[in-house]
Amino acid sequence: MDSLYLLVPLSVLAMLGVLAVFAWALWRGQFDGLEAEGERVLLDQDQGDVGRRTEESAP
Amino acid sequence: MNSDTAPPQPLLVYHDTTVRLFAYAAVLWGVVGMAVGVLIAAQLTWPELNFGIPWLSYGRLRPLHTNAVIFAFGGCTLMATSFHVVQRTCQVPLFAPKLAQFVFWGWQAVIVAAAISLPMGYTQGKEYAELEWPIDILIAVVWVSYAIVFFGTIGVRKVRHIYVANWFFGAFILTVALLHIVNGAAIPAGWMKSYSAYAGVQDAMIQWWYGHNAVGFFLTAGFLGMMYYYIPKQAERPIYSYRLSIVHFWALIFTYMWAGPHHLHYTALPDWAQSVGMVFSLVLLAPSWGGMINGMMTLSGAWHKLRDDPILKFLIVSLSFYGMSTFEGPMMSIKTVNALSHYTDWTVGHVHSGALGWVGLVSMGCLYHLIPRMVGRTQMHSVPAIELHFWVSTVGIVLYIAAMWIAGVMQGLMWRAVNPDGTLVYSFVEGVKATWPFYLVRFTGGVLYLGGMLIMAWNVVMTARAGQRVSIPVPLAVARA
Repeated sequence: MDSLYLLVPLSVLAMLGVLAVFAWALWRGQFDGLEAEGERVLLDQDQGDVGRRTEESAP
Repeated sequence: MNSDTAPPQPLLVYHDTTVRLFAYAAVLWGVVGMAVGVLIAAQLTWPELNFGIPWLSYGRLRPLHTNAVIFAFGGCTLMATSFHVVQRTCQVPLFAPKLAQFVFWGWQAVIVAAAISLPMGYTQGKEYAELEWPIDILIAVVWVSYAIVFFGTIGVRKVRHIYVANWFFGAFILTVALLHIVNGAAIPAGWMKSYSAYAGVQDAMIQWWYGHNAVGFFLTAGFLGMMYYYIPKQAERPIYSYRLSIVHFWALIFTYMWAGPHHLHYTALPDWAQSVGMVFSLVLLAPSWGGMINGMMTLSGAWHKLRDDPILKFLIVSLSFYGMSTFEGPMMSIKTVNALSHYTDWTVGHVHSGALGWVGLVSMGCLYHLIPRMVGRTQMHSVPAIELHFWVSTVGIVLYIAAMWIAGVMQGLMWRAVNPDGTLVYSFVEGVKATWPFYLVRFTGGVLYLGGMLIMAWNVVMTARAGQRVSIPVPLAVARA
């Protein structure tokens, strides 16, 4: 099963890569205050009626 | 692309031209891909419809159907929604918008090349990876550009937190690149002819490592990313548990890679590799159902919205099909169940419960949310038409998958039936004959599903004609985490 000599190391490398990204996300605070982040998507001003919203968004 | 509504001062606007083009292309390729599907379902019912013309024969049109619905319809939907979601959740316009335009036209070139080369009979003979090496190289170039645009946009984001949908999209983009490059390794033997770099069962293992992860990352992770953005938006409620969505992501990513060997039960693949594939497939049930419950429970306390909003019907029913097929899949990966189900139409039913029910319905729901917003409207031209589309499609799916379940179990039982003296009770052709009525029901289901897609195409054309190209400004006061 020569192909497993390719696939198994590849999967192990992929897992290490995933772990590294997970660690990065953890240390960079990506998992802090999660529930507030879930609500943020509802706040963007992308509901279609563009003209009116443009003025409102100006500071 | 500034429109007539552009304000006087220079204002940062989202790059939505590519999103709009991909959304329209998705609807067009959906109609084409599903029409080819209906044609080949009819060919299975009435073989005369092959007409004796090689490029209209089932064997060449079947990969055209799968490529068109997965990579053209599904791919364009994923690219439209990922470019839309990544801009909104990062609150920046697309990184390298010119490159995004190249991604669009390059991807269309791939689709057209597939639509020409597959009926002509050019194929690598690998399921879902049929396209010959020159097209494979084009796919790789387009895909790398796609990754640069997507990750570049994340890189210049104005919101510190990366929304969960982007994690799903990102994993889908990276994994598909890896799968495509490893499985596409081939030695060219002239234009449009090549031999795989692997041989025999090695090749089979690589192919199904690719094949199942294509299901897992192209048809699942990417569409889950869509689900995690568009369900909250359409329901106007945050996802039920954002924390669970993060757990869902990491659990899915860590467990998906090794489910592939379940496609090779009882073959020359070593027994232990088959068992590993089975165990990983069973483990997958947990994160899959976690995600399904998370999406559905978003409506908890607001279930009445499901009664009035046909777009939410699409999204929530797609999740119930996701739950059904992610239960059915692990079950079918159990070796003893697989001994009955493998090579029968049960597999075809399972695939379509995922494809029509989950991928199809969630795509349609998200496109119904997205398309009016891309032309300066809040709603599609006709909401009753969305409702009609929903019911026509759902009835079509139920007819399709119920027919294939019954046909598949029947075929499995007929093939394994032996007389006391050890001879087979049924010849193969008796099984084919017994399946005929179910092929007819499946064809009917397919016609209904295609009919729903035609209703959608009409609705999209009417919406686009009455709308206008708008430029949506990026919010200036950015909330930072």
